[in-house]
Amino acid sequence: MTYIAKPKFHHPGLKQNELGYTRRDYEGKISTLCAGCGHDSITASIIEACYELSIGPHRVAKISGIGCSSKTPDYFLGNSHGFNSVHGRMPSVLTGANLANRDLIYLGVSGDGDSASIGFGQFAHSIRRGVNMTYIVENNGVYGLTKGQFSATADRGSKSKKGVTNTDNAIDLVAIALQLGATFVARSFSGDKSQLVPLIAAAIRHKGASFIDVISPCIAFNNHAGSTKSFDYVREHNDAVNRLDVLVGRDPIAVDYAPGTVQLVEQHDGNKIALRKIDADYDPHDRLGAMTFLQKHAAKGQIVTGLLYVDPDADDLHEHLNTVETPLNSLEADTLCPGSAVLDKINASLR
Amino acid sequence: MPDKKPISSVNDFVVRFANVNGSGSASANEMFARAILRHGVPVSPRNIFPSNIQGLPTWYEVRVTEDGHLGARGGVDMMVAMNPQTWDKDVAGIEPGGYLFYDSTKPMPSSKFRDDITVIGVPLTAITNSTYTDPRQRQLFKNIIYLGALSALLDMDPKLIEQLIGEQYKGKEKLLSSNVHALHLGRDWALQNLKCPIGLRVKKSDKVGDRIFIEGNSAAALGAVYGGATVCAWYPITPSSSVAEAFTAHCKKYRHDPETGKAKYAIVQGEDELASIGIVIGASWNGARAFTATSGPGISLMTEFIGLSYFAEIPAVIMNIQRAGPSTGMPTRTQQCDIIACAYASHGDTKHVLLFPEDPAEAFEFAAAAFDLAERLQTTIFLMLDLDIGMNHRLCRPLKWDDSRQYDRGKVMTAEMLEEGRDFGRYLDVDGDGIPYRTYPGTHPTKGSYFTRGTSRDRYARYSEEGTVYADNMQRLVRKFETAQDLVPRPLQANAERPTKYGVIYFGSTSPAMDEAIGLLEARGHQLDRLRIRAFPFHSSVASFLAEHDFVYVVEQNRDSQLRQLIVNENGIDPVRLVPIVHYDGTPITARFIAKAIGDHQDHLKVTPLRKAVS
Repeated sequence: MTYIAKPKFHHPGLKQNELGYTRRDYEGKISTLCAGCGHDSITASIIEACYELSIGPHRVAKISGIGCSSKTPDYFLGNSHGFNSVHGRMPSVLTGANLANRDLIYLGVSGDGDSASIGFGQFAHSIRRGVNMTYIVENNGVYGLTKGQFSATADRGSKSKKGVTNTDNAIDLVAIALQLGATFVARSFSGDKSQLVPLIAAAIRHKGASFIDVISPCIAFNNHAGSTKSFDYVREHNDAVNRLDVLVGRDPIAVDYAPGTVQLVEQHDGNKIALRKIDADYDPHDRLGAMTFLQKHAAKGQIVTGLLYVDPDADDLHEHLNTVETPLNSLEADTLCPGSAVLDKINASLR
Repeated sequence: MPDKKPISSVNDFVVRFANVNGSGSASANEMFARAILRHGVPVSPRNIFPSNIQGLPTWYEVRVTEDGHLGARGGVDMMVAMNPQTWDKDVAGIEPGGYLFYDSTKPMPSSKFRDDITVIGVPLTAITNSTYTDPRQRQLFKNIIYLGALSALLDMDPKLIEQLIGEQYKGKEKLLSSNVHALHLGRDWALQNLKCPIGLRVKKSDKVGDRIFIEGNSAAALGAVYGGATVCAWYPITPSSSVAEAFTAHCKKYRHDPETGKAKYAIVQGEDELASIGIVIGASWNGARAFTATSGPGISLMTEFIGLSYFAEIPAVIMNIQRAGPSTGMPTRTQQCDIIACAYASHGDTKHVLLFPEDPAEAFEFAAAAFDLAERLQTTIFLMLDLDIGMNHRLCRPLKWDDSRQYDRGKVMTAEMLEEGRDFGRYLDVDGDGIPYRTYPGTHPTKGSYFTRGTSRDRYARYSEEGTVYADNMQRLVRKFETAQDLVPRPLQANAERPTKYGVIYFGSTSPAMDEAIGLLEARGHQLDRLRIRAFPFHSSVASFLAEHDFVYVVEQNRDSQLRQLIVNENGIDPVRLVPIVHYDGTPITARFIAKAIGDHQDHLKVTPLRKAVS
């Protein structure tokens, strides 16, 4: 489909955000994924979230690994730089990019093959370092580009399109992210944009390592009976604990919620998000509780979605390293080079 | 009395210390080397150590060399045998007429000695035990006591050693005075009980000049500080770890904002070499100067990313402190064995820039230059050190920096240039040198963004699998590599006094041994022109040198004569004319080895051809 040029014109009455950009300014090239692919819905959600947050359309660095999901950064935020790197290595490339310029927003897009198999180590280590990023896994339980092999997130007992039963245990990336100390952990479903868009927006707002696992059915290879990552299965087993509304600004506008059902969470930058509770007992500030809740519900075959954990006061790798506020990539010889006088002293100490 | 005349030599001998790893001998041994330097006499020390933290044998060899021959010499004139485990081998390794220094506290059977050497026994343990009660003190001061005894035997000035102790323990009076005390315990015992000095002597001279004494890894790390590196990602591996550790130490001193105390650098110890190079590539893509330091096994792991750096054109600096391979090989032994692995790293058609410093001074210069080259050429630059340069103190010229020097950030299109309407094609060769412009992420709201990928794309970074588009890009990369030829450090040529048809090519840590070997060869009547290669791609002067000589020896420290292979491959010349001289047992190459190998070959060549003899 890439031979079709995407038309640039748009309706003159298209709404603009605070910066004066329309949704179209956050779009990318036309997707080359299969029609109906869950990933395209996530692409649309990212566009929506960035538009709503009024982020400068060039202020995001989109970094991915290899696979269907990793192709998607070409399909959103066309004015931002993208980097389709090496299979399973998005986290390290993103970490390096983040160290070079702390002023940009870092969006890592990966898949279940990319993050749970070949890149499992890098996924883990980028999270434990607390890199300030939004790490999205577009999780379909299957290798799409190589035509339907199981991935490491495929549930034990689920069936492939060819009828093979998976005998390996599944890796739950959300459970791992919680254990590794991610400070914003969520799960969502590509078929539920109203849940997903605010989650992405809140993750971008969050300072620290944000992780979102998005179940995103593969229309071509994993949307059949027997799959636990099909549209039908996920809809039937989705157990949302809460729904988010991102309220940009320090003073939340009054929202008409039933009393006791809304929890306001203040983010690091002073902005607030409103969490509409569905499960009254669920506490998204309790890491251990979240882990237990997740395991219990997984045992019942339920897919827990929503904002599962958030630490609004989290810090990030730059704070751990005590780096200067100025992006490292803008420093020049005048501030980086100690100069010849210092070198003379060093020479003298080596005699 | 030995049945061979004891060696007599002033300022020209080799002392080897045989110790047990982890016994604290390293600092005493290093002080011995520094003390000789303070006499104005050059030394060349080498650590010979196992892949172990405690218990296994370790040696420290000091070549005392008034003539300034800084390569390993081979042979031992005096053995300081402090390790019973290696006694037999150590004693056997002493040159006839040489000296054996040992701890004579426990009597040794005469079968454990040799008749043709001078045996010097000092009851080190007895002296130590009668003075100290704490076991750790006994261990550490024993080393200083033998240093004191040696100072008497070799006629060294104790004031100079005291001065060094004073500098080392500045502000720690208690340690200072106890070390000086131990020094004199040993020295006085030797003066009272032994004939001092022996045939080997240190005499004050003025051959050190303003030279400095530094390890290559530390110098390379300092080069990274001066060269503007702000991101360092690494994974511990011998013998490269001390690069990152030195970079950390240098940055702590020189790279903190004086007002806020904040760091103008970021150092991450990666989870492995893949993550380390990934972080470097991510940081460089985003406009920071970044590097990693590793050794052979790390290079193997990094190759996929190195291919990405080549094809997607992202700067990266990799310091490869080479050790003996293949596989885990000999982790603590030196070789120059990753030439091919680095020159052609990664799948598909790739070529990479390699820099070959000869000593710490060049390691500093080339490390700083590597960041300019990486950003200018938008590709990976390898700084090829080895264990011999990296982990040994080497006497070298002082480090220099020109304060007017600005970093060459390469071709970067700014928001202003984009605003002016400049045509931006990420892979568009606007200047004919094969180097395109790049933009940093976040430069402009509507112009200059592009999608970086390891897949084929056109000049405007648009995905393409068209054969012509792919080939066009690959050809441009060849042009870019040709441009690199004139940007990298040029080979240095030194001609023999008389015109000769014979030449020798060498590089890196072989340098001091080669310089010395030339003298030995001249004494044997062999004239050779020398070319020291300092970088790949090869400058055109390499081809000229090959054309001007009938036979060219290529001296290197690996089994398969990898540099020779690279020269043959890149210059398309007859391999017969390139004679491999290879040394690869993990020890540093010596002048004696080179002179013998080349000398024997030369003698062989001088057989008069039959036809000529008849006519």
